[in-house]
Amino acid sequence: MAAAAPTSRGHGLLGYGPTALALALFIWFLGFLPVVSAGQAASWAVPWIPVLGIDLAFRIDGLSLTFALLISGIGTLVLLYANSYLTGDPQFDRFVLFLTSFMLAMLGLVLADDLIVLFVFWELTTITSYLLIGYGHDSEKSRRNALQALFLTGAGALAFLAGAILLGEAAGTYRISEVLAQGKAIQDHPHFTAILILVFLGALTKSAQVPFHFWLPNAMAAPTPVSAFLHSATMVKAGVYLLARLHPAMSGGDLWLYTLTILGVVTAVFASLLALRQTDLKQALAYTTLMALGTLVMLLGQDSGYAMTAFATFLIVHSLYKAALFLVVGNLDAATGTRETDALGGLGRVLPMTALAAALAGMSMAGLPPFLGFIGKELTYAGMLQVASFPVILSIMALLANGLILAVASVVAIRPFWSARQPKTPVKNAIPWTMAAGPVVLAVLGTIFGIMPGLLQNTLVAPTVLSLTGDIAETKQLKLWAGVNLPLFLSLATFVLGGLFYAWHATLRARLAMLDRLPNLDEAWDRFMASIKTFAIALTSRIQTGRMTDYMAVTFSTIAIGLIATVLLRGLPPLSPSFADVTPIHLALIGLLLSGTFMATITRKRIAAIAALGVVGIGVALVFIFFSAPDVAITQLLVEVLVVVLVAIVMLQLPRLRDYPNRFRPGHAVIAAGVGGSVTLVLLAILSTPLDRRLTTFFETASWPEAFGRNIVNVILVDFRALDTFGEVAVVVVAAIASIALLRQNRKGRS
Amino acid sequence: MEALLAITIGILVAAAVYLMLSGHMMRFIFGLVLISNAANLTIFTAGRLTPGAPPLIPLGFDGPAGDVANALPQALVLTAIVIGFGLFAFAVTLVWRAWVALGTIEADDMRIAEPKEDSQ
Repeated sequence: MAAAAPTSRGHGLLGYGPTALALALFIWFLGFLPVVSAGQAASWAVPWIPVLGIDLAFRIDGLSLTFALLISGIGTLVLLYANSYLTGDPQFDRFVLFLTSFMLAMLGLVLADDLIVLFVFWELTTITSYLLIGYGHDSEKSRRNALQALFLTGAGALAFLAGAILLGEAAGTYRISEVLAQGKAIQDHPHFTAILILVFLGALTKSAQVPFHFWLPNAMAAPTPVSAFLHSATMVKAGVYLLARLHPAMSGGDLWLYTLTILGVVTAVFASLLALRQTDLKQALAYTTLMALGTLVMLLGQDSGYAMTAFATFLIVHSLYKAALFLVVGNLDAATGTRETDALGGLGRVLPMTALAAALAGMSMAGLPPFLGFIGKELTYAGMLQVASFPVILSIMALLANGLILAVASVVAIRPFWSARQPKTPVKNAIPWTMAAGPVVLAVLGTIFGIMPGLLQNTLVAPTVLSLTGDIAETKQLKLWAGVNLPLFLSLATFVLGGLFYAWHATLRARLAMLDRLPNLDEAWDRFMASIKTFAIALTSRIQTGRMTDYMAVTFSTIAIGLIATVLLRGLPPLSPSFADVTPIHLALIGLLLSGTFMATITRKRIAAIAALGVVGIGVALVFIFFSAPDVAITQLLVEVLVVVLVAIVMLQLPRLRDYPNRFRPGHAVIAAGVGGSVTLVLLAILSTPLDRRLTTFFETASWPEAFGRNIVNVILVDFRALDTFGEVAVVVVAAIASIALLRQNRKGRS
Repeated sequence: MEALLAITIGILVAAAVYLMLSGHMMRFIFGLVLISNAANLTIFTAGRLTPGAPPLIPLGFDGPAGDVANALPQALVLTAIVIGFGLFAFAVTLVWRAWVALGTIEADDMRIAEPKEDSQ
């Protein structure tokens, strides 16, 4: 990805500015350590949508602070790293904007104390990560993978929103701390199962658990710093965070226990097999991330103090070593131009700092003493053994996964640097200190915490366990030497197993190729997307024909269906059409109207059509005269004359009507009959209901005393509704101006 | 008479819709004239028909003497007739202009905005 040789200066202030922001945030969060380690929490709330009871509420407790420190701390190092890694990239300004926005969204997510606010930040991380994965937008693969991540996690987020609303309604509050304060009471609510499934859908898509795992390795299309940040320490852990956040209220039931345990274990084992299968180092790390997420989800399925302590520890361990290793791989890529495991070798002496970070982080990942990874693994085993229902199977699965991860750690962190059998890879670019700092700091932290676990014990681990269980006493001791016990033997077994896996990893990798033949949701995804497109094209060509008459037919059909549906749904008042008062003159008048209409519809002569329209117009005027509307009749007559004159003038310039056969169109006739019939029905319905004359009565009584006019219609028009009439005049003037413009344009065109 | 007029209006509307759907701009204009007449009649009829009693106030009275026709729909229809005429005049000019510019009077041939190639 790097466009030029990385330099420590990178993009200057554009890179250092956001780094400083992240660092400031990190330091600010450090300031909360005393409060939080005392078992307290800090919170703020500003009313946001008071009508819905939604506040911009934030809260810092153990779990939130652990996440916030990881996000801002790793964010600082990643931003510093990216500044050099993307030296010379012309779009770095965009990149740094996306990455910083992502970091802030992620911080918002872990600090939010309101379900809806949490959802908003959740979606912000989805969108910003979409932009980051698709950063190399000139490659089709990266666009596809970005969209895949967006759709999949976006769909999960919608499920989560539904779950959040159900949860908020069930608990009577959207404030997370208040929901949690109700304890497990929520589990008796009739909607609890639905809430749980919806929350699972959101969390498990975000954290890429089987069978939604496929988007995460694809998301490696992003530049390496993004992978290091999003896909190790932060975004993918949002799902884990959500499960952990709701753990106190929602855990304990069978659905919670079995879903999370089974999916977590399957993900962990499956992903670690696939990790060994990869030859691209970054892909291998992506799958080990899946393994770690699986382990975390599995731990959250439990309730025991060991499992919770293991969760809190493993969360930190994993973020430290995984971000470090991603950055190491980025360094290898920047230095040599390749990430293929078989092409890399002998780099230990050329890239000493990177090699040191790789070794420390790799050993932490492998779970060797005295690193923090060892403690995390021991606690995980202890947590597994506490599971009441099937400790043996779980432990064996965890053993298998850990052994595989040990082998992968060796492949990623040791082999490219120290293996004697590998050819020496030529180094093209030097690695500036800014790119070495990140992995070294993270890896050294993992070592320090391993040697002195007391540093973490009361500051972060215990408060996190408090957030998870509500009881700080549940926290188990973090120690390198926990005595001779079953977890220790499991650890020893892991080392043996991992060593064997590493020794035979080339053979195993070839064998594991058969995993590629498993039914794969990734390919199903492509077919799914293609079918959406096909459907859209088919639908569009159906409804967007580009033919005006089709659009009008749809419009008129909608009117007809709307009217008929209203009549059917609301029912009609009893219709009482009365023809008693019909006189012969009335019949003649109706005959005049209908014959004119008929003539205008079927005629093939222009002049006949004009005459027929004239007849209809006169007929309407006669209706007005008969039924006491002299003013309306006069207007109608005047307008009718103008209409006929205009039509006559224009028609004579248009082609003759008989050149265009007026074929009978049955479909259009049905639509026309539908509209006409429904108008009649509605009008009959109106005539069957009593008339509300209140307005008319007002005008009749006020016309003379208030406006001094004896013609009530005229008074309404020029006095009570004068502004209406003014608007009407404006419409006519606008129409006249527009017509003149059209006519003028033509004259110019001719000359 | 109101019921009879309601049925007549339905026929007017049906004829107007059928003409407007023809795809021929001249017939569309005929349909436009018919449908605006039908709309005016609908409003007028919905306000009830009263023969031989225009809404006037005789000299020396403060209000109309006896039951007179409903003045409100009359005022509405009067406005509608004029606006309908404005719309009609503009539509006629537009049709004529389209004929001069495009050389066709059929709506489905006026496909500058949506050329045929794009519809598939």
